[in-house]
Amino acid sequence: MATTYPSTHPAPRTAPKTWRRVRIALFYICMVPLLLVWLTPIFMTLLTSVRSLDDITVNGPLAWPRSFEWGNFQEAWNTGGLSIYMRNSFLIAIPALFICLGFASMAGFALARFEFRGSKFLFFMFVGGSLLPFQILMLPVYRLANELNLYDTIWVLIIFHGSFQIGFCTFVLRNFIRTIPGEIFDAARMDGATDFMVYRQHVLPLSLPSLAALATLEFTWIFNDYLWALILVQQNKLKPVTTGLASLRGEFMQAYNIQFAGTLIAVVPTVVLFMFLQRYFIQGLTMGSGK
Amino acid sequence: MATMATPTPATTTVAEKKTRFPRRTNWWVPYAFLAMPLILYFTWVIGPMFFSLYMSFTNADGISRMDWVGFRNYRRLFNDDIFWVSFWNNVRWLIAFITIPIVLGLSLALIFNNDLPGTRFFKAGFFSPMVVSSVVIGVVWSWMYQPYGLINEMLSQLGRDGTPIGFLSDPKLVTWSIIGAGLWRQVGYVMLLYLAGLKNVDTTLVEASRVDGASAFESFRDIVLPLLRPVTVIIVVISTIDALRSFDLVNIMTRGGPFNRSSVLAQMMYIEAFNNYAMGYGAAIATILGLISLVLILYYLNRTMKDEMEY
Repeated sequence: MATTYPSTHPAPRTAPKTWRRVRIALFYICMVPLLLVWLTPIFMTLLTSVRSLDDITVNGPLAWPRSFEWGNFQEAWNTGGLSIYMRNSFLIAIPALFICLGFASMAGFALARFEFRGSKFLFFMFVGGSLLPFQILMLPVYRLANELNLYDTIWVLIIFHGSFQIGFCTFVLRNFIRTIPGEIFDAARMDGATDFMVYRQHVLPLSLPSLAALATLEFTWIFNDYLWALILVQQNKLKPVTTGLASLRGEFMQAYNIQFAGTLIAVVPTVVLFMFLQRYFIQGLTMGSGK
Repeated sequence: MATMATPTPATTTVAEKKTRFPRRTNWWVPYAFLAMPLILYFTWVIGPMFFSLYMSFTNADGISRMDWVGFRNYRRLFNDDIFWVSFWNNVRWLIAFITIPIVLGLSLALIFNNDLPGTRFFKAGFFSPMVVSSVVIGVVWSWMYQPYGLINEMLSQLGRDGTPIGFLSDPKLVTWSIIGAGLWRQVGYVMLLYLAGLKNVDTTLVEASRVDGASAFESFRDIVLPLLRPVTVIIVVISTIDALRSFDLVNIMTRGGPFNRSSVLAQMMYIEAFNNYAMGYGAAIATILGLISLVLILYYLNRTMKDEMEY
């Protein structure tokens, strides 16, 4: 814009540069302390997790660790059962992810590319269902799990998460597939491709970025689920890391160092995922809500 | 990609010519694609929703036969003090969730929207609580709130005397304390949504208004804020739904205590249904919760529907 109105911007050339420096300085002066305060819980968790119990009781929660007890992590991992909980979480989240993305991409394709009676209604049903409060599903799902002999197994969590998350994923994928130019589908059909081939050879590859975004997001959601694991799985050896941490907490009542070591182990997968796939993660979140 | 639509060279054989017409789609094709997703979704989501509604009119206890009892569960519910405590606590969650994250999140988004060096790092920092499970947040914040925990120790270091504040034991304070932990998680999320919204704001409009003599605040109020309206509506809807869903933190930090003072509808439902085996009663609580959400969901769908029509 400045070039359009050269006369109204007579300021010397150096001014914007110094102004920018001032702004950057101000930005850091304000944001660094704010972020430090914001992340205090995380820093304190880190510090507490390597302290000994005596150190915590004697010197209080604020003191710097007297010694670094890396054994806390071992204790949480072995005695605390984190190794089992962690494995279970992966065993639940990954298959559930495939179920939900596989079926949601099919549903999304059907709803994006075909107009038929009730297609709008089905679309809104998927969206609406994904916004329901979980409590309204809890009792029937619990009963159904019992009826199907799936109660207290890992399977019920896989199939429930996989099914429930179809709603949100269909919503996102359908909106994405709508943006793919129709010529691609027409051309493929001209070449004699069936609809299933179009789906396999064109829709899935073109949706990869959306699928990746959804995968990071859904993995985090399923991995972090507490409610369903609480209701559907009782045995310690089948618990995912969320309810597992709750039992760890009961087991190590006052041993905050062990609790926090467990906590830190529990967040590693999602934090690593976020660090490496931040872009996808954020895309997934904004795709779902922005429109 | 448009090249895919160009006709094949003139050397097409007869066999190829036959398929030059687009394959006709059979009427059942969309249903074939939808079959499995719909079966799963009906079995685990839509069906259970209606079954909950049905159960709320029965005396289900998980063991004996379910009998129809009409509106008895609902009558009992509206006379139950814990229900009203939980209900008003949900309202507190709601108010906190649609005010504080929006103010803080929007402020942060506006700062980060300038893309100064290092922004990415700060953004990730503020967002990071969102990546962590609510169990972890509950465990850590419970510890921070303890009588001799982090916050009380910090306050006494800063010169506060007297008995430690009972963040999780004072009935007046406890819900707000839990909400605090929830907000810590929510702010980063709202910030991200606003950042995405700000990307769609045409900066030339803002610049033009500045050239026309509007102050930074005026151009924000008159141009940016109205353009952010759709995002704000979505954020309000999402935050409300999150506030109604609040369960994890309450369950982990206090289990609704002391004396149910920090209970929310979801927590009350869990206790009634899975601790007291009053499943019909629990279903009634869930139905009320569902009805409140339904109003919002329908509003949200209605908005999306309007956008749909523009296609």
